[in-house]
Amino acid sequence: MAKVTGRIVVDTEQCKGCGVCIPVCPFDVIELAKEFNSKGFHYAYMKNPEACTGCMNCALVCPDAVIKVYRKKVRV
Amino acid sequence: MDEQQAKTEDIIKKENLVFDKTKLLTDKAFHYCPGCGHGVVHRLLMEVIEELDIQEKTIGIAPVGCSVLAYHYMDIDMQEAAHGRAPALATGIKRTLPEKYVFTYQGDGDLAAIGTAETIHSCNRGENITIIFINNGIYGMTGGQMAPTTLENMKSSTTPYGRNVKQMGNPLKITELVAQLPGTCFVTRQAVHKPAYVRKTKKAIKKAFKYQKQEMGLSFIEIVSNCNSGWKMTPNDANKWLENNMLPFYPLGDLKTPEKK
Amino acid sequence: MGELRLMKGNEAIAEAAIRSGADGYFGYPITPQSEVIEHLAAQKPEERTGMTLLQAESEIAAINMVYGAAGCGKKVMTSSSSPGISLKQEGITYIAGAELPCLILNVVRGGPGLGTIQPSQSDYFQSVKGGGHGDYHLIVLAPSSVQEMYDFVELGFDLAFKYRNPTMILSDGAIGQMMEKVEIGEQKPRLTEEQIKEKYPWATTGKTKDREKNVITSLELEPEKMEQFNRKLIEKYRKIEENEVRYEEIQCEDAEYLMVAYGTSARICQKSVQIARNEGLKVGLLRPITLFPFPRKRINELADQVKGMLSVEMSSGQMVEDVRLAVNGKVPVEYYGRMGGIVPSTEEALKDLKQKIIGGK
Ligand SMILES: Cc1ncc(C[n+]2csc(CCOP(=O)(O)OP(=O)(O)O)c2C)c(N)n1
Ligand code: SF4
Ligand code: SF4
Repeated sequence: MAKVTGRIVVDTEQCKGCGVCIPVCPFDVIELAKEFNSKGFHYAYMKNPEACTGCMNCALVCPDAVIKVYRKKVRV
Repeated sequence: MDEQQAKTEDIIKKENLVFDKTKLLTDKAFHYCPGCGHGVVHRLLMEVIEELDIQEKTIGIAPVGCSVLAYHYMDIDMQEAAHGRAPALATGIKRTLPEKYVFTYQGDGDLAAIGTAETIHSCNRGENITIIFINNGIYGMTGGQMAPTTLENMKSSTTPYGRNVKQMGNPLKITELVAQLPGTCFVTRQAVHKPAYVRKTKKAIKKAFKYQKQEMGLSFIEIVSNCNSGWKMTPNDANKWLENNMLPFYPLGDLKTPEKK
Repeated sequence: MGELRLMKGNEAIAEAAIRSGADGYFGYPITPQSEVIEHLAAQKPEERTGMTLLQAESEIAAINMVYGAAGCGKKVMTSSSSPGISLKQEGITYIAGAELPCLILNVVRGGPGLGTIQPSQSDYFQSVKGGGHGDYHLIVLAPSSVQEMYDFVELGFDLAFKYRNPTMILSDGAIGQMMEKVEIGEQKPRLTEEQIKEKYPWATTGKTKDREKNVITSLELEPEKMEQFNRKLIEKYRKIEENEVRYEEIQCEDAEYLMVAYGTSARICQKSVQIARNEGLKVGLLRPITLFPFPRKRINELADQVKGMLSVEMSSGQMVEDVRLAVNGKVPVEYYGRMGGIVPSTEEALKDLKQKIIGGK
């Protein structure tokens, strides 16, 4: 069966930790890190990368355009 | 763990990239508060200009408000207007350079308070320009004072007990107002706090530029947005509040299209 | 010699605008200068040269339309009279701050407030000291004839583009409404987009691949950079003062007493000088043509020659302050003026000179 899987890459230095990418993710992939970036923000990261489908929801609402989205078809 | 790592590397490859920041946004980080909708709208505008390949033909006008430095982020020729005067600048530009695409980017204080005359008359004359109107119901830049669009009973630093409409007047639905003017061809209200809304907003902006090319008159796009700093909420709470309070009063959708006036 | 036409001052401005190859005019009606936009409308500038003409919803909108078009390197102007010029001040300071060239005509009427629709020179301070907020100057030209109204349009545009600074023509209701013979110039072509891009590389004409984006703004949030910009403006004004001072001297060579007057007042004083000379009094007239830059140096030199000066103005005494600054205490400087739209008479002005300067010890 063909399935799409995805990954996001957050520019952790530019992320402001606003968290608006979190509730729009249908698969609960994203979380804010406990660590800070150099600007003092808890940056977003993939706590659950396997679940990402590359739907781009997070990137669409990210106010700082710091999310890159990758998507690939895989066989399961 | 190693297996997962390998898989991730497999996916994060140039050919699999489906979303990246448009090249028409500069490398400068937005000065906006975390979660502020201004950033999304900036990005959509630049994506549309990139996709229509009109960077060389576009002149934008920045307002006075939080987005006063919009020209730091947008890699296009821009002018900075006095508070509320962006549509007058746009008129001067478009009248003398009718082949260019001209847009203004304005907040609710800029567009619907101090600049009301410029807004109404540019709409009424049907200037072939695009107005992007960010309605966050408050004066963000100056620290959260009441805006013309502040909701009834909504708190701001100048209405600390809530907007009393008897004393302060009613929130102004300027978008409904300009939709009635013969000079506007496309009047719509959108939002950017949910992915589906973001997609629709982008479509609306694209349409507006197309109508501009066809010289159909003024396109007016209101975007109901947040100001979590001014509203004193976390970004996600602000977006929820927006959904539950702003949208019932400022309902989303097209108010006027060239097909259906 | 070019074609001669009998014209009103305000019409001369309109005709000169079209013939100078201007790209646009944005205005709002107000007495006593509405003939400018009316004459333009009658002339169909869109057909004659492609020049844009628009009646705006207010003076605020009109000056900001000028800002937008000027930011694109276009040759654009607006005109108004005193109350309308007050409204334009916001736009004017932004234009000065963004270093944009444009032409602004003020056909002055008396104030304060709604005042009178009659001629006045009471906007002198507002014009030469800046007018809006912040540290800036306009280049200010003061015509005293309909011919100068015509000529100063092109001169005003030239200076505005040379220094990237707004130019004001400071006229008054008398010159705006007066009819005189005017020698009309040839029609100049408007610049093409390519010419604008070449001549004014700073203009917002659309960012092309071969250059960085252009931004027109007056905003600078870093104190050091803002001060640097203020210093740059000071340097520009210094250059303007060095190179662009214009004035006319009438019988100053042997003058013992000097009248200083511009515009309509200068026309009056010119006759006062004649009468005085007939009476054997050595009176001269210095007529500043540029009010900014002010002919400070020349007035200071003349202070070494004359025994006293009289500034004659249709105001409560504004230019007299600049004359005093120029003279720096060397000789007495007095003021004579009428207000409310009353033009001083030749005799009155001379009588005052005799009382305060010639006879008065
Ligand atoms: C003539 C003038 N009056 C007042 C101000 C102060 N001021 C700056 S921004 C602003 C309000 C901005 O609010 P809005 O347009 O809603 O934009 P936001 O900051 O919310 O994005 C005000 C009152 C100004 N800069 N100029
Ligand atoms: S929406 Fe963007 S800026 Fe905000 S937390 Fe997510 S990645 Fe960071
Ligand atoms: S103050 Fe409000 S409008 Fe301004 S950047 Fe912050 S969240 Fe955005």
